[in-house]
Amino acid sequence: MNMLSIRAQRFRKNPAHKAEFLGLLARPIPLPLINYVLDRTIVKITKKYPTLFNRLSGHHHKTFLIEITNLSFDLILCPNPASPHLLAIRKKTGFHADATISGSFLALIGMVDGRLDGDALFFTRDLQISGDTEAIVCLRNALDDVEGSVASEAASYFGPIGMLFLTILIKMANEHQYST
Amino acid sequence: MNINTQHKPELVCPAGTPASLRTAVDSGADTVYCGFQNATNARNFPGLNFTPAELEESIAYAHAHKAQVLVALNTFPPAGQFPLWANAVDLAYNLGADAIIVADIGVALYAKNKHSDLRLHLSVQAGAPSIEAIKFYCEEFDVKRVVLPRILTITEIKSLKQEIPCEIECFIFGNHGLMAEGRCSLTNYATGLSTNMDGICSPANFVSYQVDANRNLRTELNRFTIDSFSCSQNPGYPTICKGRYTVAHRDDPYYAFEEPLSLNLASLLPELIAAGVDAFKIEGRQRSKAYIQSVVSSWRKAIDSVLEGGSVNMDHLLSLTEGHKQTLGAYETKRWR
Amino acid sequence: MDTAQGNLTLGPILFHWSAETKRDFYLKIADESPINTVYLGEVVCSKRSPFMMPYYAEVTDRLTRAGKKVVFSSLAEIMTPRERKMTEALCHDEKYEVEANDTSAIYHLRKKPHRIGQYCNVYNEETLRYLALNGAHHVVLPAELPRNTIYIMGKAAKTLDVSLEVQVSGRVGLALSARCYHARSYGRVKDNCQYVCEHDPDGMPLKTLTDQSFLCINGIQTMSYGYLNLLPQIPELMEMGITNFRISPHSLHTDTIIETAHSILHGRITGEQATLIIQSLLGDVPCFNGFYSHAAGYEWRNHTHALSR
Repeated sequence: MNMLSIRAQRFRKNPAHKAEFLGLLARPIPLPLINYVLDRTIVKITKKYPTLFNRLSGHHHKTFLIEITNLSFDLILCPNPASPHLLAIRKKTGFHADATISGSFLALIGMVDGRLDGDALFFTRDLQISGDTEAIVCLRNALDDVEGSVASEAASYFGPIGMLFLTILIKMANEHQYST
Repeated sequence: MNINTQHKPELVCPAGTPASLRTAVDSGADTVYCGFQNATNARNFPGLNFTPAELEESIAYAHAHKAQVLVALNTFPPAGQFPLWANAVDLAYNLGADAIIVADIGVALYAKNKHSDLRLHLSVQAGAPSIEAIKFYCEEFDVKRVVLPRILTITEIKSLKQEIPCEIECFIFGNHGLMAEGRCSLTNYATGLSTNMDGICSPANFVSYQVDANRNLRTELNRFTIDSFSCSQNPGYPTICKGRYTVAHRDDPYYAFEEPLSLNLASLLPELIAAGVDAFKIEGRQRSKAYIQSVVSSWRKAIDSVLEGGSVNMDHLLSLTEGHKQTLGAYETKRWR
Repeated sequence: MDTAQGNLTLGPILFHWSAETKRDFYLKIADESPINTVYLGEVVCSKRSPFMMPYYAEVTDRLTRAGKKVVFSSLAEIMTPRERKMTEALCHDEKYEVEANDTSAIYHLRKKPHRIGQYCNVYNEETLRYLALNGAHHVVLPAELPRNTIYIMGKAAKTLDVSLEVQVSGRVGLALSARCYHARSYGRVKDNCQYVCEHDPDGMPLKTLTDQSFLCINGIQTMSYGYLNLLPQIPELMEMGITNFRISPHSLHTDTIIETAHSILHGRITGEQATLIIQSLLGDVPCFNGFYSHAAGYEWRNHTHALSR
């Protein structure tokens, strides 16, 4: 994590390191570590944003596969407020989800954070969806009602390193927005 | 162009969630419109809209920032289900909505009789594009403002304005439906859900996207293919009136109604203000708060700039539009028809 | 006309047929058909209206002498000054009753006996009550209403002394637009359309990219590809208090469809038999009744379940 923060600082000063930084993200990270982070995150978010789950009523038992096209793993989301799950899995495990959302990490995090418009991402094909379209639309609308940044919230659970990491990602997301 | 600065048009913006409503207000909306989480409004989409408690808080927020809130009750209650709409009218009134937007004659009459001080706007869903149709609603239900269907030219709007006893609200940006609003049962024909009664167009639970090995994307509504896009084409919403079809006398498939594109009247804004339009409406309660922020702040600047004699350039909004294409629709010339 | 027996009505011709074809069609209806009420007039496109003007006197005369009630239907979409004047003139005609298909016609018809057509949005008993107090004594329900809604409307109509009509046959209008899609398909616009809609006396079929028959274009109107067939439901609709059953005219087989509806109305054939007759006439074009069953409109459902209350 320490090495990551140093690279991140270098990236902030010099955008030329962007490719290197992305390469690092794409490198295999131990799934148990990621899942520890994700598990803490989803439990805290469930407590903090009950209305998010109210908006998802009717879809609490659905499973969402989130294919992050430029990372080494995908995510599975089960937004059941009684027992929420957010898990990282290896790619192409053949997991059958009710709905699948595919996009780059930055497109996805931009949408989750309410900085990018899901429909616009769809129109430019930066976002692709399949399966239960209604569940996806519902999830998108529910997330969009969360005030502030879900990603910042999640990052803050992990202290200054988490926040720094996120700052860099957001900067990249903004660049992405204006480059399309 | 000579613009009467006494007449300052209102910017009316969409909100699908409380967060969007606050974003719209913070971005410069004079007025925000929204709806309840049921069939009483024409954007009855999954995960969207307001609970009564959320509406109450949102109205308080808007009023504290000198913005108004309109509640859309613009669907048609099927016989036997009128109480749902009547309750929604009462709720909107009790929660302090600045006006309700209605389409059904029964709903308009109920609101007028029950809450004589509740301001009524006539929804675009009422489909009233002529002087007599608008006068009917004004005289019978004391409607204070009409939202015009997107089928009139500016010249027609200007002459209309001089002959009707109410304010005019016009769409200026967003999704551009091709069919006369409130008179379309295409979705019901294909899916069994009615735009007029259920408040939904191309319901998501009937939409599917099929991607083949070459990244070609095919959109379907229930069992009907709506369109197909190669990997280099920008897709639109899978709505029937934006689909591609074949007819016997043409060799190739074509957009029988309209291509996927969005309305953007930025270049006509000075003329619309001069025509006497009282309020400009942005479509998109189903869009994100990122969209709301970007679109509302751009239009705020544009309207203020035109009122001060400046110009408007809003091409950057193109990236948020359907199919990345925009149109002046019917507003500029009758040749659109 | 015995309303207890139910009336058959002939809706306005929605397509652009030549005036001579229309005249011959109506004269045949006058001479041979068990239709009770005939709706005349142009509903879809004001540009088509002038052609038929020279023939109305003869047609109305023959229909009236044959004992048919004649009603004039107003345009479904009224925007231009010419359309507004046409509609006003029609509504102020004292000789024939008018069916309003747009709010501007309702505006002119206030406080005088009139009918409300299927392009006006009468979805509930409150709207029906208002319109009845306003002078409407006969209302054609929107084609997309499901059976339970029709049932409640039937009860409300009885207390208001309003007669209700439901379309039971023919392609159904699903949408209206300011734009002419017939002209668009030929690379034209409404103003210079050259009446290309005359090529399609029953509408221009649209197929999807995967070759599914889906819709039909009729000028500014978009219609179903399939033909509505509620003939088997006529007895049930009568129980619900619907007294008038509309056959929407097509270029072929309208006479046989009217005969079939008449046979159903008088209990001479069953619903299954009627459907067999209709489907044999239509060939590959499907029948649908989905709206009535609260299913997707295009679907065909067999009705065996009892009326829910």
